[in-house]
Formats: sequence, C-alpha cells, structure tokens
Amino acid sequence: MTISIHASVNGEPCQFQCGTTDTLLKVLRENLQLTGTKQGCGTGDCGACSVIMNGELVCACLVLAVECGQADIRTVEGLSSAGQLHSLQQAFLDNAALQCGICTPGLLMASKALLDKHPQPDETQIRYWIAGNLCRCTGYDKIVRAIMGCVS
Amino acid sequence: MNEEPTNYGDVAEVAAGNKPSAAVVGTRPVRPDGVDKVTGRARFGADMQLPGSLVGMVFRSPHAHARLLKVDVSAALALPGVKAIVTAADLPEIPDDQAMDKGQPPDFRDMSANILAREKVLYEGHAIAAVAAIDELTARHAMTLIDVDYAVLPHVIDLHQAMEPDAPLLNDHNFTKGIKPVPKKPSNIASRYEQIHGDVVAGFAQADVIIEEEFSTQPVHQGYIEPHACLVNVRPSGRTDIWCSTQGQFMVRAYCARLLQIPLADLRVFPMEIGGGFGGKTTVYLEPLAILLSKKSGKPVRMEMSRADVFKATGPTSGSYIRMKIGARNDGTIVAAEGVLCYQAGAYPGSPVRLGCMTAFAPYNIPNIKLIGYDVLVNRPKSAAYRAPGAPMASFAAESLMDILAQQLDIDPLELRLRNAADNGTQTAYGVTFKNIGYRQTLEAARAHPHYNAPLGPDQGRGVASGFWFNIGGQSSAAVDINQDGSVLVTTGTPDIGGSRASMAMMAADVLGVGYEQIQVRIADTGSIAHSDLTGGSRVTFAVGMAVSQAASAMVEELRRRAALLWRVEVDQVSWMGGVARLMASGGSSSLSLTQIAASSAETGGPIAVEISLNAQGAGPGFATHICDVQLDKETGRVTVVRYTAIQDVGKAIHPSYVEGQMQGGAVQGIGWALNEAYLYDENGRLLNPGFLDYRVPVASDVPMIDTVLIEVPNPRHPFGVKGVGEVPIVPPLGAVANAVSRAAGTRLYDLPMSPTAIHKALKRAARRRS
Amino acid sequence: MLRIPLKSGKWFFAITFSAAGTVIMEYCAPVTLAEVCAALGAASGTVKVFAGGTDLLPRFVAGVNPPALLIDIKHVPETREIRRLAEGGFVIGSACSGGQISAHTELVRSWPGLTEAMDLIGSVQIQSRATLGGNLCNASPAADSVPALIASRARCRIAGSDGERELPVEDIIVSPGRTCLRQDEFIVSFFLPARNPRSADAYLRMTPRTEMDIAIASAAVNLTVDEQGVVNECHVVLGAVGPVPVYALPAARILLGSRLDEEVRQRFRRQISALCRPISDKRGSAEYRTDVTAVLADRAAMTAYNRALL
Repeated sequence: MTISIHASVNGEPCQFQCGTTDTLLKVLRENLQLTGTKQGCGTGDCGACSVIMNGELVCACLVLAVECGQADIRTVEGLSSAGQLHSLQQAFLDNAALQCGICTPGLLMASKALLDKHPQPDETQIRYWIAGNLCRCTGYDKIVRAIMGCVS
Repeated sequence: MNEEPTNYGDVAEVAAGNKPSAAVVGTRPVRPDGVDKVTGRARFGADMQLPGSLVGMVFRSPHAHARLLKVDVSAALALPGVKAIVTAADLPEIPDDQAMDKGQPPDFRDMSANILAREKVLYEGHAIAAVAAIDELTARHAMTLIDVDYAVLPHVIDLHQAMEPDAPLLNDHNFTKGIKPVPKKPSNIASRYEQIHGDVVAGFAQADVIIEEEFSTQPVHQGYIEPHACLVNVRPSGRTDIWCSTQGQFMVRAYCARLLQIPLADLRVFPMEIGGGFGGKTTVYLEPLAILLSKKSGKPVRMEMSRADVFKATGPTSGSYIRMKIGARNDGTIVAAEGVLCYQAGAYPGSPVRLGCMTAFAPYNIPNIKLIGYDVLVNRPKSAAYRAPGAPMASFAAESLMDILAQQLDIDPLELRLRNAADNGTQTAYGVTFKNIGYRQTLEAARAHPHYNAPLGPDQGRGVASGFWFNIGGQSSAAVDINQDGSVLVTTGTPDIGGSRASMAMMAADVLGVGYEQIQVRIADTGSIAHSDLTGGSRVTFAVGMAVSQAASAMVEELRRRAALLWRVEVDQVSWMGGVARLMASGGSSSLSLTQIAASSAETGGPIAVEISLNAQGAGPGFATHICDVQLDKETGRVTVVRYTAIQDVGKAIHPSYVEGQMQGGAVQGIGWALNEAYLYDENGRLLNPGFLDYRVPVASDVPMIDTVLIEVPNPRHPFGVKGVGEVPIVPPLGAVANAVSRAAGTRLYDLPMSPTAIHKALKRAARRRS
Repeated sequence: MLRIPLKSGKWFFAITFSAAGTVIMEYCAPVTLAEVCAALGAASGTVKVFAGGTDLLPRFVAGVNPPALLIDIKHVPETREIRRLAEGGFVIGSACSGGQISAHTELVRSWPGLTEAMDLIGSVQIQSRATLGGNLCNASPAADSVPALIASRARCRIAGSDGERELPVEDIIVSPGRTCLRQDEFIVSFFLPARNPRSADAYLRMTPRTEMDIAIASAAVNLTVDEQGVVNECHVVLGAVGPVPVYALPAARILLGSRLDEEVRQRFRRQISALCRPISDKRGSAEYRTDVTAVLADRAAMTAYNRALL
C-alpha cells in the first residue's frame, strides 16, 4: 500500500505515490525520474542529494517522502530557466569547478541556498557553508572560486 | 591504474608528425559535457532504468575470517517477489590457462573468490550471495532469510601480526613468491620483491651521517562520492548489455567474460558518467553478479552499493610499515639508501609494494639503493589501485628522511633536494634512464615562490616534499568522423573522469585547424570502438590524446585527398591550413571548407571517417614539489593547513584549469591521508567507520586555496608535449604535511594519520623526553 | 494495529505493507499535544518520536528494523516556537531546528554558547532538520547541545498521556542511548531561565575536522560576574568524557569568587581532568579526552568570562 502525496517540484504541481519508509531522495530519483539529485551515502554525510525544501537546504536522503505534502521542493533540474543557465551553473563551468561531476548538483543547490540567504559571503563563509558537500576531485579550490565569482 | 606499468620513460621514439599549431591547446574552454553536468542531465552509474528491472542486493559476511559450513538460500528464494539468488556455486571454475595473463596480475581466481566467497570469507563485508527481487524492501527481507553457518576462525588485521610465524593464515596454500628456494611453510607473505642498485654496503661506508627510522601509514579509501552501480540486461539470446560506472568499459567486458567464462562478443558495456574512481573503479565487484542474476531471472537487474558496502568491500589502498635508512656526506650528497617496505594486500595478493620500491627515491640521483618489499595478506578487503598506487607511503618515508637529514646537516630542504636531484641522464634504481624531465625546475620554482619565502607565524611549520610517478601509455583507440554538415565527432573508448573530453576536443581542434565548438566528443561503448585500456595511470591525455591527434592528422590527409578529388588534382597540390583546403596552384585563393568537402563526400568516396588504434609508448615521467604550512594547536594537537602550493612538471597543459584541478584535488586527498583518514577496526575485525562521518575526507572548511605552479618541460614523444598529470599530485603531500607538522611540533611524526590524538601523544612524549 | 480517535480530524496517517502483507511502518503526524500523547499511549511495539530525523532516519531507512510507529511531532505548534517570556527567559520548542535557533537574534545574544553548540551539529543541510529535542533524546554522550543546555540550567516540559511534568535537562539522559522518558512521553519544549546582567555562556568541542564531525570531547561554561568582574555564579558541563554529560560542580566552584587568573585556571584545568571518566574508542583515547577537555573547559571559561564582561 502506498500513500499519495501532493507537492510542488521545481515550481510544478506534482503527485507521487510512496511508502512510509521511502525517502524524498528515492521518490525524486525513482518515481519522478529526477536523477540529477545523487545518492552518495544515504546518511546525510556527503551532501550529494542536497535539495531546497520550503526554502531550506536539506539532504533528500534524510527527509521522508510522507513529510513532503504541500512542500515546495527545488532540485538541480529546476535551476536553469528558459534555457538560460543560472549564474552559478555558468560560474561552475567557467571555473572548471567540476571534474567527475557527481557532487556538482548538490553543490549547486547548496551554493544557491547560500546566496539566497547571504548574498555577499566571504571565502570562509563559503567554505563553512559547503562543508556538508563532499567533493573528492577538486580540492574545493575552483568550487569556492566559482561561488565567489557569483557574489553580487 | 591496475596494470603494471611497463614503459616507464620508454626508449621507443614515437614519430610526432607535423607539429600542430596551438590555437586552442593551452586555453580554458568550457568542457563539452559541462552543461549536462551542471543541469543534472548527465547520467551516472545509478541513473539508468529499464522497465521491469529487479533490485539486486549483496549478502555479506559479518565475520572477518570464517569457514562457510552452510549457505542455504532456499527460504529467501521462497519469499514472494524474490526472483533469483546466486552464490559461489553459480560461478564457473576458471581453468589454469585462464587464471592469469602471462603470469601478470590480476589473478582471476582470486577475483572470482572475491566477488563471491567460496569455502572461506576473508573479511567483514566479503560477498556470499546476491539476491534479485522486485523491490528494495523485498530484497532486504530476503537477506534476512539467507541461512549461513560459519565456523569463525582467528583473524589478523594488523600487518606485523600477519607476518608472525604463528599468525592465522588466510590461505593455507600461500608460499611466498620471490624467495628461493620456495618456503616449505605457508605464510601470509604473498611475495617478496627486491630492488638493488649499486652496492649499499660500500655506499653507507662513505656516509658521514646515517639516518634510519620506521614509518607507518593506514589504509585509506579512494573515497569517490558515487558508489559502485550497474544495470545489466541479459537478453534471451545471451547477448548482454551492461551500463555501469567504471574507469574502463573494456576492462569490465574482459573481466566479466573471463570470470563467467562467456565470449567477449556476447557482452556490450556502456560506460555511464563516472562519479570518481581514483583507481578504485579499475576492477569489477557488482557487474558479474548482476549478469548472473539477470540470466537466472530473465529480467534486467540494477545494483547499487551502499556507502558502508563501498568502505567494507571495495579497495582501499594498502596500509604500510616501512623501515628506511639513508646515508649522506656532510655536504648533503646522498650516497646510499636502504629499506624494507611491508604493504597490506588485503584478503588476496596484490598490494602495490613493488611500485613503492620503484618510486621512493626516484627523484634523486642515489648510486646505491636496496629496497625489499613484502606483500602481506590480512583480513581486510582486497586493496585496489589508488592514485599513484604504492608511491605516497614510500615517498612519505623517503621525504621524511630527507627532511631529517636537512635538519641534521642544517641545509635548506629544497637545497638538499637540489644537490641530489635526478636529471636527464640519471639512471633510476629500477633501470630506466631519465630523459626530458623537469624535476629540478620544480625545486627551483619552489625556492623562488613567495610562499617559500613568506614568514611563519607562532606555532606554524613549513614542510616541503617531492614526488615521482612513472605515467603510462597503453592501448588506445580514437575515431574522427566528419559529419555531413562539416561538424566533427571525436570518439574514444576511455571514460572521462575529470574533463578529458575537453582536452581531446582541444587537441583535435588544433590538428584539424578548426574551432573547439565545432567538435563533439563521445565516449563509446565496447561495441562502437576498438579496444582501449582503462582510464588510469595518468595515461588518457597522453596516450588517448596521441590516438586522437594521430586520427586527426590522418583526417587532415583524408580531407586533402578528398579536396584533390574535387579539384581533380594530385593530393600534393592541396594544402591544409586553418581548417580549409587550399589549392596551391591558385596561390591559395581557391579553397574548400570542411563543410564543402563534407557536403560532397558522396562524390569522393563516401563518409569521411578515420579510426586509429595504437599502443602508446614514451610516457614522460611526472615530478612534483609541494610546500605546506601548518598551524599547530600545541594544547590539543590539532593541525590546520594554512597555506599550500603544488608545483609540477606537466609537460604541456592542454587545458590548464583541469591540470590545476588534478594538482589541487590530489593535494587535498593527500592532506586527508596525512591528517585524518584511516580504517579503524574493532577486536573482531569489523570496520568501525564505514561511513563519511567517521572516515574523514577533508571538507571545504578544512583546507585553504591550493596554489599551483605549472612547469612545462615538453615530452617530445607526444605531439603537444603532454606528460601525465593526474597521479603525481598525491605523492608529495604526505611528506610535505608530515614535515610541516614535525617542524611546527619540534618533534618528528612517523605515523599516519597525524590526528589530533596522535600529535598530542607525540608532543607529550617529546615533553617527557625533554624533562 | 493503531486505533486512536482523530480529535482534530486534520492529521496525517499512513502505513506501509511489505510484499508479503506485513506492516513495515506506520507514520502519523498529529497536530495537537493531546493527539501526540494519545498516539504514544496507544502504541504497541517500537514507537519513535520523530522531529528532524537526522539520527533516526539513517538507522532504519537504509537498514532493517524500522519502528512500528513513527510519530512526527513537527506539526504541533508548541514544539516549533521560540518565545521570549516577559521575565526574560526563553521557551524553545523541542522540534525547533538548528537553523531556526541560529536565526533568532535575541536568543543568540542571550545564549551565545548554547546557540553555537547547536550550530556546530552537522552541515547546513543537517541544521535545517536537526532539532534541540532530538539532540537531547538521542542521548549520545557526545551530543553538542546537551552540555550547553545543562550549563544553562534549562528545564524540559514533558507531556504524556497522564499529563505534564517538568524536569531539568540533566535528569533526562540516564545512559548512552537511553532517556528517563516513559514510552508515552515526549519533550514539548525547553525553558531557559532569565539572564542576570553580566552573564554569558560558551561551548567548545574538539573534532579532527572543522565541520561534519562528532565531538571527541567538549565543554560548556555558563557564568555570571559581579560589577568587579568576580565570578559569582558558574556552571560547567563536560561532554563525551563519561556515559552521560558530566556536571562539573567541583570545577565550577574553583572559578567562583575568582577573576580567572592564571593560578585559578591551572587548578580548574586539573580539576576538570580529574572529573573526566572517558572511554577509549574510535574517536579518541581516554587519555587524550582527559587532557583536551581541560583545555576546552579553560578556553570556554575564558570566552564566557570575556563575554560576560562586555
């Protein structure tokens, strides 16, 4: 038996079926086929599944799908609009801030949440804010530079 | 890299051909796959779905060492929704002549026993059975119904204990290789390797100062963020499609075929985007199980490891114990080096100890060297390649000794290295004579760098260390196709793990004389291009880049020929410049663009396509020197890396941003290895930290910006001068951080990781010694 | 099977069955305190109160043995409010997230130590979810907010099917992973007392990494100084050096009547170490914990003292 949940995903109304032990991550990836949100650990320790839920940055692996009734959920798939990349997406490309790219969706969502709340972070603030997003390829240097490049 | 490198600084010259112009090479364009990756559209290992797919899951041993008395899956199989279960009984026996290729690793019998345990389980997490069920809940339920009886055996986790004569034996038939006569008694020492250069006894006799110390390092995991994942569909015909995250689709095909004794031609492997590998995805774990499950169930099977499974059952690199000694004259000239290196292999033979012996002192011109390596079995997961396999731990020992020597002789540590630096013409201990190397330049750049000359604050220390990696070439294929509209498609068979599509497109663009945007790059499945070795060994930009460059050069010839046919002249009447064919007789005023030639291809012989396969030789060795500043909290033992500079001879940086990225990423991985990463076991041999919370890879707030200096001493064997760059960046950090910490602490640290607890203990010990 | 009268008629209830037809887990999200208590009281089998879920979810989602019933208390308004009382104290709902607490400037100003302790838990992502009540009821000896809560003399409002009661925070954790709460009880909110002038708190912990880590050892200090800068009230609590947080009364007494001069601090450090009863585990040795806790407590005391003087 599954439960029907109504939520908003990337600004579109959305309905999905889930079980009580299903996570938001599972629903996004398997029910809604939004595989841009990645699973790296399942325990909230890597940040690869970062999404913005009701304006707050969360790990989708630590949210139950049944909690998401009426929630506003934003994933990497909704970051660009009308074929125009978000300035963070462009900055990540221009700064070569990704190597393998698996952490990139989570880092983009984390960076967006940062700039939404603190439009002018310094390097230290950026580093602490994205500390929940592991990247094993880049050593973070170019990621931090990309975010700094988007500071208004 | 998994294969043994065989062509270090090879003698065979490769015809470089016409030197192409470098309009694109050396610039920093956006990578071709970039937009897909920032919009979430790129598809990685776990992102493939097929209708009707089953969920595959692995049942793993809770014991570090046990005999399997009974494996009964009947109750699990009877559970509604369970469609197939496989155990070792489903794996074929591998015939003698198939166990190894020319006596070289990997050993496919070991690999087979590693993917599903036979009589014994050899580590916690060792796979025993695999289940395919209609959903995850059912698969999990089935796992609880698998009935296994174990006779738990004494286990051995510790390297020293494993080498004791009375240690519990992992394999009763293991007689140490490399010792003559072959020992009569089995042991956990899988093999002994010896590297002798000159005469160390005579060498040490010339020394004014001799330093001998012991060092240890812990196993560390590659730590790729994407867990292993695959989707397999065995069709009724037996033809099998595999989508997976791997460093080599041809490796997956070859290994699965060998392990399951099925024809290569029945398998087609589609490489998905790979979410990090660092050597850890150069073997197979899930794919053969998914093939068996799909075959049994008649349905596609998806498998994905949990993070705990990744830590428990996939390769970390070896932990090590190293005793090493160097002797020098009072002027700093090193006259001899000697040592014993013991590396943990894990449950099956195959640590990179040999590579450790070969690389330890490679940056230095030392006339007398004797290093002995031991490959030691322990009840831990089988070690796998990790970025410059075997080199960082050996380099940590050697570079620590260099630092102690510099302190004892009161010589600047860079000056000491300059006095002993390997140069062109230096013969290495492992036999190769260096050519076109840029090691000395990295030292000089370090000495001139503002970082090296900046004042240190209180409780700060500065460490330097150098590192070496062979870099390899290998079998590589590349195709260049001109589409009917004049756009260019470059196809290779090597997964893009860090931006290699960009460098391939850039090299092709410069050879063809066309714009970067005109080129698309595709990573092909095993059915769509000829064999290519895997992505590893810092080989892709060099070796695959060579194949791409040669294919592009051949394409230029083909385009001249096509133009000559259109103009009805001899081909030598046609030149190629700036992506345009020009008729020489016209003084260049008659020209045909790529688009025009492509549009007329039907009249000149059909589609315009070139494919090159080669076995690239002449990889240029990589050298790096790193500078690290740390701040030490002497009351708590906590270390903060406050400044870091990585300097490396890269040959030629095709896309400098991605070269810098390799250096920065390798440096931070090395910082993690030095400071906080380690495998921790309880008394039962169970891993205590199989997750990212207690296996501490560095987070963004742990590290500073990593400054980079790219030295370009071109490799003449590559059309653009490329040397591999990916691996050497992880070699110096262990020594650089340890030297910095030791200088800040005023006492030497010999054991990694240098966690706050370990540093605090060392500080207390030093204080007791002083008082 | 759970049967509770749905008084408000608004709350959410769901069950998952396995393929074989057995119940995997029931989930409910009541909206009043009474409904939570009724659900707790009627439950048979394992029941878990669920707020942020950052510790709870990883235990059963990826693994086995989910609880029979999960009661999500986030929809009960009393668990989500931060309120300043007229007399100067604060009420903090047990399901308030770290993010919510850090964003409350008045609270941060009054209780810098407690709020920075909460803020140290996990990443920004974790902060969006992890709650003060969850951190306490998880009953880990290494919980960051708990030493600071105890040092602040916070009290818990506890609701149960028989009514409500109030307990000081230090009475809640009885051993690692266990609280004194009965199965039908849960923590509704915390009460922080009004601040005297020249009062401040501070919290410090030791972790190998800068973020995303669990305390090897920690210390919270809450103190008040008189107009001459002499400490006249002091509470010191140590984390991860015993099965439950250690209320270090003998150490706090050393600081009373002092201006934290060097000699006092040295005695204070020695006393702190003497009060530590740590174990050696994967995160640190007993010896290290004992040594470093003294350093942390001393530094936290200095920070709190300097804040109080401001």
